[in-house]
Amino acid sequence: MTDSANRQLLSGNHAVAWGVKLARPDVAALYPITPQTPILEKITELQLQGEMDLQLLTPESEHSAMSACLSASLTGVRVFTATSSQGLLLMHEVLHYAAGARAPIVMFNVNRTPASPWGFWPDQLDSLSQRDTGWVQLYSESPQESLDTTVQAFRIAESVGLPVMISHDAFYVSHAVEPVELPSQALVDEYLPRVERPLRLDVELGQSFGAPIDQATWNRSRRELGVAMDKVFAAVVEAGAAWSALCGREYGPLEHYRSDDAQVLIVTMGSMSGTARVAVDALREAGVAAGLLKVRLFRPLPVSALREALAGVSCALVLDRNYSPGMGGILHQELKAALFGMPDAPRVHGLLAGVGGVNVPPEKIQQWVVDYREAEPATGPIWVE
Amino acid sequence: MDLIDFREEELFRSGHLACGGCVEALSLRVIVNTVGEDAVAVVPPSCGAIICGGYPNSALKIPVFHTTLEAAAASASGIKRALMAQGKPDTTVMCLAGDGGTYDIGLQALSSVAERNEDILYICFDNEGYMNTGGQKSSSTPLGASTGSTPGGKKTRKKNMVEILAAHRVPYIATASPGHLNDLAAKVEKARNIRGTKVIIVLIPCLPGWGVADNAAVKTARLAVDCGVFPLYEVENGEHYSMTQRTRTQPVGAYLAQQKRYRHMTEEDVESLQAEVDREWDRLQHIASISQ
Repeated sequence: MTDSANRQLLSGNHAVAWGVKLARPDVAALYPITPQTPILEKITELQLQGEMDLQLLTPESEHSAMSACLSASLTGVRVFTATSSQGLLLMHEVLHYAAGARAPIVMFNVNRTPASPWGFWPDQLDSLSQRDTGWVQLYSESPQESLDTTVQAFRIAESVGLPVMISHDAFYVSHAVEPVELPSQALVDEYLPRVERPLRLDVELGQSFGAPIDQATWNRSRRELGVAMDKVFAAVVEAGAAWSALCGREYGPLEHYRSDDAQVLIVTMGSMSGTARVAVDALREAGVAAGLLKVRLFRPLPVSALREALAGVSCALVLDRNYSPGMGGILHQELKAALFGMPDAPRVHGLLAGVGGVNVPPEKIQQWVVDYREAEPATGPIWVE
Repeated sequence: MDLIDFREEELFRSGHLACGGCVEALSLRVIVNTVGEDAVAVVPPSCGAIICGGYPNSALKIPVFHTTLEAAAASASGIKRALMAQGKPDTTVMCLAGDGGTYDIGLQALSSVAERNEDILYICFDNEGYMNTGGQKSSSTPLGASTGSTPGGKKTRKKNMVEILAAHRVPYIATASPGHLNDLAAKVEKARNIRGTKVIIVLIPCLPGWGVADNAAVKTARLAVDCGVFPLYEVENGEHYSMTQRTRTQPVGAYLAQQKRYRHMTEEDVESLQAEVDREWDRLQHIASISQ
């Protein structure tokens, strides 16, 4: 679809707000935090203009915002919220609650450094440290992808019965302005049919949620959550294919760029992917068989697809814009776990690149590929700049 | 004595998990039956969460959402808005919370709901401490009372939640007692017909937590009202105070004598507490007289 009438110059955050508008949630609860706030303000503005038929709550904290989203979602309606960094961390308790209650909430998180020290810079530690809460996690690298993924997230959440969190990097994506294609409302309505949930808070049904349980029931609830997680990979593939059929833009759990005959693969998430793509092109020009493996779906980790993507590759260079003290880059650790025991696994290097939002130009990535592609991997993380 | 007069629609069933003789169960029964079946309850961790029953049973016939300790009010506002989005604005959404979930950890969310004047009915079962965790102090624990975390008696006063809520100018606040069930039912009936944030604080003498005899909870609740420790009144729109029990007939000592949590107090302590209660009572009468 190339109709220029549907193209607008939008920041990443405004693209998210337009995605939310098109998805027609019934309830949104929003609390401001830099650099998420433009999402809140655009939604508020669209609602005031009558563009959105939305019950909008503005509670006193992210904890209450997520609590209101959770209970609203359990009545069977479509729900959205957005946050960043400290706000996401304040929600942590309710993130577990929401996944346990199998509430298909969609949340957009703008990746920002957690304090202290106090900073506002792109770093994925905020969302990565929520990996065990039972939320599906997707990462986006551009305003267009953020809009498209926001719409897709509702389809994924409602098909598997799990909450979905999408993240894009502070400023590099949240405030960067690019031409974005806006799908029509009719297209999105066709893509997101309303699904009636059999389990919901409804006076006619009398069902309750969250009552005290015994050990065996809690154990069973985790197993059922795991079964739902196992369905996410296929749901992401399906959501991407159906979206592609309607508007021509295709996204899957992983993106492969010039990776078919690659001997060294750069593995990363979020805005670093765009920089890495430029580096790959330059390396190819110089005769280095480099490629990019962009991880879009982080939870559940697409283990089989990662193993398949890295089979026969001699070197994987993981670029982590996050740091788990005492262990290293989180994607690096996850990837090593995914590849463990694979007979033809590549050498995996973990580079802490751009932690705290420091700039990573393509030339640096090119240099790291040259420096590390023949090297033996270190056991610990490697700080690079 | 008046007969207890409320609609019994069997919305609160036998087999609930309250301690034998607990007046929270009695109050809950009156409240949910007065509200009726077009209602959804939100219950944070509290005695109420246990009383309502463990999975797969529920003592309440209406849907219940068991939420986090700090988020009862926020959760209720989410359900209310979702029901409004579904074209069901008349369903009552009520919180059934304890004082820990109201005066302490839940105050921030409640304050926000009150400021936004969300259309919910918030019931606080105030047993003046964290009784479900074995009896520790909350900011609702009164001066002098001993608890698991104030073994020598609490050195500071009970937080005045009614005044805090009144400062938010919510349409309706009331105090109520399981010793005055008709008054409780009347207040619930009045509140459920008002749009906006309504809060009713019900004083619940806790048998193990306060050291009250198994058959003495109603008597203790009545004494709290009769001595003026827990006056029964209403506040409308944050400004109009009206007493629903106008007289005091008992000394504070008669109320304290029912409870082990005040057993360490000297005669002097009791006198000092009586003076404190007298001052507060006079202050409340003054506010009520000038706000008419």
